[in-house]
Amino acid sequence: MEHPVTTDLVRWIVLLPLLGAAINFLFGATLQKRFGKRVISFLGCGAVLAAFAIALYTLFAMLALAPDRRFMLDDLWRWFDVGGLKLDIAFWLDPLSIVMVLIITGVGGLIHIYSTDYMHDDASYWRFFGWLNLFTFAMLVLVLGDNLWLMFVGWEGVGLCSFALIGFWYTDLVNTNAGNKAFIVNRIGDLAFVVAIYALFAGLGAVGHPTLVIREVARYAPALAGARGYLGLPMVTFVTLMLFLGATGKSAQIPLHVWLPDAMAGPTPVSALIHAATMVTAGVYMVARLNFLYSMAPATMLVVATVGALTAFLAATVGVTQTDIKRVLAYSTISQLGYMFVGVGVGAYAAGVFHLMTHAFFKACLFLGAGSVIHALGGEQDMRKMGALRHKMPLTFVTFFAATLAICGVPPFAGFMSKDEIIWRAYAHGHFVIWALLWAGAGVTAFYMFRQVYMTFFGDFRGTPEQDHHVHEAPSAMAFVLVALAILSTVGGFAMLPGFIAPFAPFERFLDPVFNSDATRQVFASGLHDRSLETLFAGLSLLAVAAGWLLADLTYRQGVLSAARMSEFAGGVFYRLSFGKYRIDEFYRAAFLAPYLKLANAAAWFDGHIIDGVVNFAASMTVVGAWLAGLFDSYIVDGLVNFTSKATLAAGGRLRRLQTGSINGYLYGILAAVMVILLVRAIARV
Amino acid sequence: MRMIFVLFAAVTVISAGVTAFSRNIVHSAFALLGAFAGVAGIYVLLAADFVAMVQIFVYIGGILVLTIFAVMLTQGLTGVNVSNRAVGRIPALATTLIAGAVMLCAILKTPWYAAGARSIAPTTYGIGNAFLGAYVLPFELASIVLLAALIGAIVISRQESRE
Amino acid sequence: MVNGLTLNDFLILGLAVFLLGVYCVLTRRNAIGILMGIELILNAANINYIAFSFFGGGGANYDGQVFAIFVIMLAAAEAVIGLAIILAIYQNLRTIDVGAAETLSG
Repeated sequence: MEHPVTTDLVRWIVLLPLLGAAINFLFGATLQKRFGKRVISFLGCGAVLAAFAIALYTLFAMLALAPDRRFMLDDLWRWFDVGGLKLDIAFWLDPLSIVMVLIITGVGGLIHIYSTDYMHDDASYWRFFGWLNLFTFAMLVLVLGDNLWLMFVGWEGVGLCSFALIGFWYTDLVNTNAGNKAFIVNRIGDLAFVVAIYALFAGLGAVGHPTLVIREVARYAPALAGARGYLGLPMVTFVTLMLFLGATGKSAQIPLHVWLPDAMAGPTPVSALIHAATMVTAGVYMVARLNFLYSMAPATMLVVATVGALTAFLAATVGVTQTDIKRVLAYSTISQLGYMFVGVGVGAYAAGVFHLMTHAFFKACLFLGAGSVIHALGGEQDMRKMGALRHKMPLTFVTFFAATLAICGVPPFAGFMSKDEIIWRAYAHGHFVIWALLWAGAGVTAFYMFRQVYMTFFGDFRGTPEQDHHVHEAPSAMAFVLVALAILSTVGGFAMLPGFIAPFAPFERFLDPVFNSDATRQVFASGLHDRSLETLFAGLSLLAVAAGWLLADLTYRQGVLSAARMSEFAGGVFYRLSFGKYRIDEFYRAAFLAPYLKLANAAAWFDGHIIDGVVNFAASMTVVGAWLAGLFDSYIVDGLVNFTSKATLAAGGRLRRLQTGSINGYLYGILAAVMVILLVRAIARV
Repeated sequence: MRMIFVLFAAVTVISAGVTAFSRNIVHSAFALLGAFAGVAGIYVLLAADFVAMVQIFVYIGGILVLTIFAVMLTQGLTGVNVSNRAVGRIPALATTLIAGAVMLCAILKTPWYAAGARSIAPTTYGIGNAFLGAYVLPFELASIVLLAALIGAIVISRQESRE
Repeated sequence: MVNGLTLNDFLILGLAVFLLGVYCVLTRRNAIGILMGIELILNAANINYIAFSFFGGGGANYDGQVFAIFVIMLAAAEAVIGLAIILAIYQNLRTIDVGAAETLSG
């Protein structure tokens, strides 16, 4: 740890996508016109895949090192050196960041390939790949930056690319509004993030170590214990809470989750890459990366886990009633992100990161499968107008089904290994309520996911005959990506088996050097370690999943239960709550937007009534005065007044001519005045 | 040294004279080049190396090129009508000469404070420090002024769509 | 060092450039010509600034040169805006004779 391996390979992982973005943005339009879209596809995919190849190479180089020496540093240049703060543009590769890099470039690369088919008919093909490459670059900066400011640069960069890609089809007002919403909601979180960085720097400076380089923060963090922060909180708690507020924005957790469902306005590959697999997991990554700080603040950990659990459960219940195929997946993403936050929030950092990885696999597969369906139906996203697609799109169906099994946590698919671990660890660390929420959430997840599968792929086709005729299987590039992701969703879980099956967890072992601060070890040791209890809880989770599946099967495939009847349950209260997304958008509109608009209106009213009123009053006073003066005039000093008015008229008529409009004339005036001033001063002095 | 000064001064004054008296606006514009270059030479003579470079970059490279562009845009590239009509020469000359006489008196009569000449040394370091030190506020304001000018120029010169 | 050169030499040079600029502004009817005159006047002012900076102490005091740079900056902004206005007038009136732009005349 003291002497990280220096390398100059890591920079190319970051710079290749940037290069791809630069070429696409600068020359993309010309290249596309001259040589066709093939060149753009080659550039766009090539840059990311080359980065993936380098990342694989560095992974093997890293595996060759001893486990506690697996740290690589690529220091490019001194960024700035201000007031004791010395920051470099440097990339820090450790087991945690290599996992993220492989997800970003690997899953990202697959989604790039998928996009070559999906976006094929779009005129601004080059712009799409330019933004996608730039996003990859920004995300890599986020995970590889060796200091918090560099991380923040990436953090903002992915936000910008997300904004641009949500509004990619910017001629439609809905899309640009969704982009604006995502950007503005994220600003709230980002502000908290910046506050946290400043506070952390101030705190570390107070104990004599002014630094923001993450590995140095890790070394000096214990010195912060007991330091007083702001708002009456201890410093570590304040910093971690503020950072987590930032994470709720980026990772769409309650209360800042409202932007993610709207973000589905973007093209589907974007939803898969940015709003499911990578960017929204940045918050989880950040908590895992700063685990040494979070482990020192039990209060924050509790907040993280609670928010995560609430989000996981509530978002899942919203997913039950949505009818837009992508919106269901969006709420499912929010819910799964909640699981990840519970994982890192109870101190099971490796489990959280593991779920991040498997989620990237199966959620990307689900989104891309949904994209394939939308593509086949010519842009239709309403599940009520789908059905029976499994016959015409068998490959899409099989891959979608595999990913569904994975997200529901059916063994041996990847989701079972990762999600169950989190659910168990929530209980093992003594959070019964959180466990209960997650457990119920797992059942709801199974219900809405199988509801989606049955509505989309089973039953009768409910769209137009024209659509029915047009339905086709995914083109080759899309099919290849779907299969690859489905395989990953199936076998990806074997990197970390639950403890009660076999003591085989190379993934956790690999990440171990990152999560080895004293505080983190203490949190880990405080948990319950009981194999038989763990088995029992796995059984309970499976029971919930099976119940959810069965309910969905009875309702949407066999039709034994009526969905309409179920929605009437308890007078439809629950249905309306879920369908209305708990009215949070409406609440924000009433609580924040409406007062703001009211304030603006009040200002306008003040201007229109009070200020204008004063002016009008003055005017009417003048009128009255003039009337009085007029009386005075006409009856007492008529002649004098007439003379005055005539004199004024004559003077005005002459003075009018001074405004000649001749610039030269004005300049004569200025010069004359200057000379008079000079002469007067000269004479006065003499 | 006096020779060099006289040389630069002559270039400046003669070019400025052509600018002021020429009947052809294109000649005026190109004579302005000589005036700016001569002034830059004077700056070098006065140990203001950085200001001289700025003078060349901004005046000759920027303002002058812009001016010539404007001449061509408004007169037509072929220079069909390059009139530079002057009016009121006699009163202008009289005013100018009177003002000049007054100011010349002021120059010669004022007892200037003289603390000795500056030594010849690079000034960029000192100017840079001054900009980020005592003058940082005006410096930032200047950037805002330039931005406003940029936006203003775009807004003013953009042709309104005739709908 | 400046052998035999005094502050007055530079001030008189500045005065000469200034007067030519004033004459230019006074006599031109062409808006661009007027703008050129203004540039000459600003240059004259700058010669004075630099000369005062040179003869007025030197050392670590760069006020005169800093002011000269601010003047150049303002001249650039002024030229941009001035020329933009001239182009706008030209588009509307098809002339840049300042005598023609007299809509505000009383």
